[in-house]
Amino acid sequence: MTDNSKSNLMHIGVLVVLFALFFILPVYHAGNMSRIMVLAVYAMGFNLLFGYTGLLSLGHAMFFAAGMYGFGLTTNLGGLPVPLAFGFGVICAGVLALVVGFLALRTIGVAFMIVTLMFAQTAYLVVLYFGTYTRGDEGFVIQQAQRSIAGIDLTSETGRYFTALLIFGICFLLIARLVQTPFGKTLVAIRENEERTRMLGYDSHRHKLKILVISGLFSGVAGATYALLFGYVGATFATVQYSIFPLVWVLLGGAGTTIGPLIGVFFMFYLINISSGFTDAYMLVVGVVLVLLTLFAPHGLAGLLRKKVLTWLP
Amino acid sequence: MAAVNILETRGLSKSFGGVHANSDVDFELARGKVTALIGPNGAGKSTFVGMVSGRIEATRGQVLFEGADISHLPAHKRIQLGLAYTFQITSIFAGLSVEENVALAARRLLAGQPEALVKRVTSVLARVGLSDRAVQIAGDLSYGHQRILEIAMGLAQEPKIFILDEPTQGLAESEVDDFITLVRALAGETTILLIEHNMRVVMETADMIAVLDQGRMLAEGTPDDIRANADVQAAYLGTSTDA
Amino acid sequence: MDFGPHLMLASLEGAVISAILVLTAMGLSIVFGVMRVVNVAHGEFYMLGAVLTWFITSIVGGHPAIGFVAAIVVAPLLVGCLAAGADRLILKRVNYDPDRTIVATIGMLYIIQQTTLMTFGPEARPVEAPFNTRLSLPWFEWGENGFAMIWPWGLSTTSYKLFVIAAAAMVLVALWLVLTRTKVGLLMRATQQDSETAQAFGVPVGKVYSWVFGLGAGLAALGAVLVVPIQQAHYLMGHDPLLLAFIVVIIGGLGSLPGTVIAAILIGMSDGIISVFFSPTLAKIIATFLVAMVLVFRPQGLLGKIAR
Repeated sequence: MTDNSKSNLMHIGVLVVLFALFFILPVYHAGNMSRIMVLAVYAMGFNLLFGYTGLLSLGHAMFFAAGMYGFGLTTNLGGLPVPLAFGFGVICAGVLALVVGFLALRTIGVAFMIVTLMFAQTAYLVVLYFGTYTRGDEGFVIQQAQRSIAGIDLTSETGRYFTALLIFGICFLLIARLVQTPFGKTLVAIRENEERTRMLGYDSHRHKLKILVISGLFSGVAGATYALLFGYVGATFATVQYSIFPLVWVLLGGAGTTIGPLIGVFFMFYLINISSGFTDAYMLVVGVVLVLLTLFAPHGLAGLLRKKVLTWLP
Repeated sequence: MAAVNILETRGLSKSFGGVHANSDVDFELARGKVTALIGPNGAGKSTFVGMVSGRIEATRGQVLFEGADISHLPAHKRIQLGLAYTFQITSIFAGLSVEENVALAARRLLAGQPEALVKRVTSVLARVGLSDRAVQIAGDLSYGHQRILEIAMGLAQEPKIFILDEPTQGLAESEVDDFITLVRALAGETTILLIEHNMRVVMETADMIAVLDQGRMLAEGTPDDIRANADVQAAYLGTSTDA
Repeated sequence: MDFGPHLMLASLEGAVISAILVLTAMGLSIVFGVMRVVNVAHGEFYMLGAVLTWFITSIVGGHPAIGFVAAIVVAPLLVGCLAAGADRLILKRVNYDPDRTIVATIGMLYIIQQTTLMTFGPEARPVEAPFNTRLSLPWFEWGENGFAMIWPWGLSTTSYKLFVIAAAAMVLVALWLVLTRTKVGLLMRATQQDSETAQAFGVPVGKVYSWVFGLGAGLAALGAVLVVPIQQAHYLMGHDPLLLAFIVVIIGGLGSLPGTVIAAILIGMSDGIISVFFSPTLAKIIATFLVAMVLVFRPQGLLGKIAR
């Protein structure tokens, strides 16, 4: 079997397992899995930029929040039908990513991180400033009646799980395909050695801008889906913490792998879930995991797997 | 009929904060020939090819490629026109496999044709003698092999002009011999601009030689002309030519 | 109150903010300048300084001044040692790689912050100022009787606030003397110029890095010790100073110490004045956005040199 077909099989296999899990898992854990899949979409979007292209953004929460608020505000206040509002949310994230990319990509390295952080902080403050509409930290709830597509109730556990799976599946396969294209391979080349990539005749700046927009779009999809499925929109999702989360997930799962983000979100979700049963200081786990990862496993869990057994892992 | 010169520079100059690295360099690169650019250390050779390839922005002057002014094109656009550049300090994708390194170089031209891409990569690797190391991680190669991979990445682009910045630096004597054979075989296929310190390589490969000294073009001509040129001898006086 | 006295009051508040900020930002700037790494956990060292001050003053007891003096010596020292230890244990082992250092310091941020939450708790705790005399301030005005000195109601400050400003200035002078006149400063500057050459000339670069990281954290902690009698100690208090210090360091030019001082005064004063007259959120939005734009279009900062 070629590496390529192995990898196809793995991606399909992951989706089959996720499908089957719904019928096996108790309701509570199935609910968790829906959340994990949506957050994994966010992590996958972040991974395209960080894991594949080597650009560390510390402000991705603004794209997630753009999707979330773009969707939430237009359904709640604008009364837009769900599909339109959803599309609007995603476009908001894409446009924001384009503008941020246009400015932030003029910088490199540490400056890029700080600039993205600052832009995200600005976005967060803007959400607070327009508290009349966004209800600030408190956030707002999207009514149950507004959360259905074509008669399918998205507030039921089943509707939620399979919508999450559908969206996750589409994004998962799209990204698996994307990173195998010449475009995807060029991104890896930029991560490895940008100057050399440029001197092979690739327009590295254009590639970076494109992938930032794509990454922003995926993050926006995740944000809009989150609001749609869980019915809540709040400024918490625009905080620095939500920019740090995808970094933790991706590092834990394995940066630059297609499966890494899902693994990372899964383990982190349950780590936090379990530890918050003992203490309010559950973010301590995040800190410890980050430090341990940088010290001992910079390539994450999937990176370890790839090194030891599954060398073909995409 | 195509012009004799594939590339020309007119009055190309670069100064770094008052230091003139290149002053008014007029240069012509003959199509299909191997031209060596020589000169003492600090003569401005790397700055010159940097300006030609677009890595370094010229302070003044023009670069003409096949008659068209490319002075204001960014580096990647110039490469797309058919310039290939190998770095003086080895610059490969250390984390990727040898074949992926070459594939990246070739893929810009062969993006839609996977079979042609595989064929190109295989033939280039065979040509430089790296076939049996195709799946190795490039960073694990020996220094000599990394230099050769760098050249393979240039070849894979099938460039119209191939700029080699000190390709034999740090190579063993036997590897230098292989390199000379390779360059000779390439002569006629493509135009080569070779920056070289090793005079044996220059004398055995170059059709034309250009000498740069203190940022100025000192002399241009055939190897015999250059050997006989008094100015060149003066410029090299005290510096070793047989290194 | 009239506009004039009001502005004076705002400027005084701004000066206090500047004084604290200059110390915090200086710490960040020195770390970046010498080690070329961004310490995201810097705000948490500040927070630790504040929390330790509360802890020390509450166990020392007696006159508040005794505890405060103990805190001003012990807290920065403890925080500095902790930071130097973290440098040894973590940063050294990732070779100060810029990306991995950022990730590691984000990790440290959460570890310090959440450990404090577990031990110190979520409450905000006040610390009593060692002295706190209310000082009324005069205002000069052309009135009906010509030039007159009046004492507008509400125009006052406290002796402690003036002390904070003076203390910060003293620390700065001391720091400047250390950097320019001592062997330690020489080692630091040599490392900053070119760590590899410095190493080749026998500078113990590894040790210098630990010292610098400790010093940076200690300065943040010192700023916090000075601030707790005005602002209460809380486990989340490190967030705003971190952002402000970032802003200052960027505006001042990454790694440029004089730039940092000037920017700290500028930002502190405008923060004080703007938040008196405008909506604080809007002010923050504009400030954050402008700083990002400065970094985009003038990455060397307003006063910095082109980065090497």
